[in-house]
Amino acid sequence: MSSDPEKSGNEAVVPEGTAAFGAGPGLDSEGARVVEAEGGDGRQTGGPWAIAWRRLRRNKFALFALGVFFVILICCLLAPVWANHVAHTGPNTTHTLEKLHEGGEVKEVVEPSGKAIGPQWFSAGGKFFLGADGHLGRDEMVRLLYGGRSSLFIGIVAAIITTVLAVILGLLAGYYSGWTDTVISRIMDVIWAFPVVLLAIALGIVLAVGGLEIGPIHVKSSSLWIPTLIIGVVYTPYMARPLRGEVLALREKEFIEAAVAQGAGSLRIMFVELMPNLISTIIVFFTLNIANNMLLEAVLSYLGAGVQPPSSSWGTMISEGFEALYSQPLLTIIPGTAILLTVLSVNIFGDGLRDALDPKSKVRFEARAGTSDPDAIGPV
Amino acid sequence: MSVTPETQPAPTGQGGGPLLEVAGLRVGFATEDGRVQAVDGVDFELEPGEVLAIVGESGSGKSVTAQTIIGLTRGPNSRIEGSVKLNGEELTTQSESQLQRVRGSKIAMIFQDPMTSMNPVYTIGKQIIEAIKAHDRSVSKKDGRARAIELLDAVGIPDADRRVDNYPHEFSGGMRQRAMIAMGLALEPSVLIADEPTTALDVTIQAQILDLIQDLNKSRGLATILITHDLGVVAEVADRVLVMYGGKVVERGTLDEIFYDPQHPYTWGLLGSLTRLDQPRPHRLPQISGAPPSLLDLPRGCAFRPRCPHEFPKCVEVPGLEARLPENPDHRDRCWLTPEQKKTLREVEPGRIGLEEPR
Amino acid sequence: MLRFLIRRILGAIAVLFAISVLVFLIFNVVPATNPAQRIAGKNATPQLIENVEKEWGFDKSLPAQYWTQMKLIFTGKVQSYQSHINIDKRIAEGIPATASLCIGAAIIWLAFGIVFGYFSAVRAGGFTDKALTVLALVGISMPVFWLASLMLYYFTYKIEIFPASNYVSLSNPWQWFTHLVLPWISLAVLYAGFYSRVLRSSMLDVMNEDYVRTARAKGLSQRRVMTRHVLRNSLIPVITLFGLDFGVLIGGGAIVTETLFNIEGVGLFTSEALKQQDFPSIMAVTLFGAFFIVLFNILVDVAYAYLDPRIRLGASAT
Repeated sequence: MSSDPEKSGNEAVVPEGTAAFGAGPGLDSEGARVVEAEGGDGRQTGGPWAIAWRRLRRNKFALFALGVFFVILICCLLAPVWANHVAHTGPNTTHTLEKLHEGGEVKEVVEPSGKAIGPQWFSAGGKFFLGADGHLGRDEMVRLLYGGRSSLFIGIVAAIITTVLAVILGLLAGYYSGWTDTVISRIMDVIWAFPVVLLAIALGIVLAVGGLEIGPIHVKSSSLWIPTLIIGVVYTPYMARPLRGEVLALREKEFIEAAVAQGAGSLRIMFVELMPNLISTIIVFFTLNIANNMLLEAVLSYLGAGVQPPSSSWGTMISEGFEALYSQPLLTIIPGTAILLTVLSVNIFGDGLRDALDPKSKVRFEARAGTSDPDAIGPV
Repeated sequence: MSVTPETQPAPTGQGGGPLLEVAGLRVGFATEDGRVQAVDGVDFELEPGEVLAIVGESGSGKSVTAQTIIGLTRGPNSRIEGSVKLNGEELTTQSESQLQRVRGSKIAMIFQDPMTSMNPVYTIGKQIIEAIKAHDRSVSKKDGRARAIELLDAVGIPDADRRVDNYPHEFSGGMRQRAMIAMGLALEPSVLIADEPTTALDVTIQAQILDLIQDLNKSRGLATILITHDLGVVAEVADRVLVMYGGKVVERGTLDEIFYDPQHPYTWGLLGSLTRLDQPRPHRLPQISGAPPSLLDLPRGCAFRPRCPHEFPKCVEVPGLEARLPENPDHRDRCWLTPEQKKTLREVEPGRIGLEEPR
Repeated sequence: MLRFLIRRILGAIAVLFAISVLVFLIFNVVPATNPAQRIAGKNATPQLIENVEKEWGFDKSLPAQYWTQMKLIFTGKVQSYQSHINIDKRIAEGIPATASLCIGAAIIWLAFGIVFGYFSAVRAGGFTDKALTVLALVGISMPVFWLASLMLYYFTYKIEIFPASNYVSLSNPWQWFTHLVLPWISLAVLYAGFYSRVLRSSMLDVMNEDYVRTARAKGLSQRRVMTRHVLRNSLIPVITLFGLDFGVLIGGGAIVTETLFNIEGVGLFTSEALKQQDFPSIMAVTLFGAFFIVLFNILVDVAYAYLDPRIRLGASAT
């Protein structure tokens, strides 16, 4: 795009084309840049959000992924419904000595050898839909749904914590520079330097063993809040740093100067002027952060530094199931697959979201060309 | 800082015809919002040794035209029709590898922003040598470097033997553009296409670069296509002018014809918004009202219609690019108004249009 | 350049110091129980606790405690009371295994990541791109233990292609290799997916840059444009990212993989220490890991300066 040279009285003040935000980007390199530079393209209807929304709507794959995520979320939220009305049992209720009477057959829920019953699907009216777990004979499906609640809770709430912290810290560090920036950045560096997993584990172990006691705040070790807080804090630098970078870049722009000249105070500038420009980054990071959080929670719980008994999550389920990996692989595979599906759907949606908000991130079309040369490779 | 004149005969077209001939050029792109016809029927010729200026706002299709000449717009989403002939040889049907031989060596192109147009991780020298070696692998490193120094010197960069090892970011804006030009000249092309070469530069530097381009044109007979939105630039160096709007050429003629006898209302607007030193300062800087059309949604008929103060019913038909002044077949415009009407309407503000009192 | 390096090293030392303080605080101040007891371990006798208190200086002030603990760790004298081993020695013994795992996996993930990313970018928008993108996203979304457990179950149990566990030193090359194949794959899948996305994104950005257009306009062949201009510049963020990731892994970040496959590296030691809540070991391992991260951070900064002359030579001239 042509920048504005200093204009003297002698030159034509020719009105520039008005290019809508991210206009007509879906092209191969030359075409896209040329048309963008020329500016005379793109529907000029709606602001950048409308355009992004339209683009997102077109991405059926991403929307499907979002749908899958919501289905999973709703299923887990409805865990009590399933537990009470379908499986008629709780997540921690053991059925070691029970037998199933269905279809004229009698099956032991847990055989003497310790091997539990496999997935029944609907043959027992929904009981033991996915089988029973290990020698405790608990209903795997019910556990899966309840465990999902923990995992999803941690994933989403930790993401909220990370986002809030990162936005505040990023804005402060980027806007104020000087000492504020140095202090915040160094702290971020230190957290950043810790291997995420190690730090989380370290904190997890420490807090899991004894719970958290800061002054009047006592948190039980089995509370979900401990892993949530840990994960939330641990990932903060990964979001705060890029945000700080963006704030640094935005700070130099003219609209900030204008706001200052109008007498806007710092707080106002940060939250009213700067933040709206960061929103697309924030949204994308938030979404992807959910995915990362769930994976981290699984790792932590697996290693014993995350969710503590008696609470359970998908991570703890995997940890328990691992002990019987060879005899009952399903006990590991099922919760793992649940994590995979959830995280994958979030990632796909987050990816689509990022594409919709950033015009240059993906080339979209492959229309028929006229005299395109067969020797040319794709868009380059 | 002037260029050492070299005595080279100006390259001529085959049998004395034009060097570059563009006929019926149409370039369309498929975008996610629909089809965009960036260039819609452009014809022009470039004679050896002349400077042709292509003027227009953003979105007029001028850059796309230029880039299409050397095939940079080819791709799965683009559709190119028409003909581009260099010395009689058709370029649009050539393969990518054939075109690679033309690029840089026969037709060189430089771009608007020299900072981003050069790879920041390689020295200027390396990038110039790279251009040379792409066409002649036998050139040795020593010779290549010597040639690079020679070129940097020829475009007026002081201390060339030291600066050849500098990185792009170590040059100032004007020097960078000179280095770009040096890179373009490396293989002694017969055509130089300069896409807004001065737009990203300070005003004083602009003048220097234009001088350089003009020097190169005169001393080497380097035919030049200069793309710009700035009529001040055009007035300095151009021999002939092409005015583009909405993907079409709306007026073409010699420099004098365009500045002293402009026929198209858009041209009037462009000229009218030039402030003149010898006139009292205007209360408001005159502008063409409205904005360039979206190429996805061109108005019916004449593309300039929504912004034209002189529009009338016939304008819903697309005007042809024709010579409407019988005594001047090469001065063509795309406006239905008769020459007499144009003269009257144009003179509404006497002295405002053009650089002199109208004759 | 030298000044730059010195500044970074000083900064790194500061960060390490801060980390050591943080570790100290986490393990000694935050928890609600008696630190001496925790260090002595779960089965400690009162006598042992008393000894620990003396040796670790818990009767003294906090800074003194900090100093004592750091001294123990850095002079290689820190002992784990529960397993009765010299911790630093154990860490050193674990390095070859961890290194074999990480370097092997790194080669695999770089190769796949770069190849996939390259083709994704070059054929962006098309079917290849979409397919590779989904593949990459699946790789990123996979919990390591899920993949590992699947592989363990199918390839070592049901069909016995690979041995299930343990690390065999290089002195037995073939065994060393077969024992590492599954762990390599487990570790590499996640990173390969991630790196292919990073390279793709980086390449798409670079391909849109003006200098690529200039390169084409100069008449360079497609191949030259892609290698000398596009790849050369796109790989910069990939390389810097790699440095950081590798630093984390080498420092014992492959905990899960090592645990699953029972590879006796630093990561396995870490996870054992964690399970047994053996605090001295955990502290030492954390510091070890942090050290490598900081080290590789510096290496990455140096590499970045080397790769990008704008950083190396400072801001633009007049």
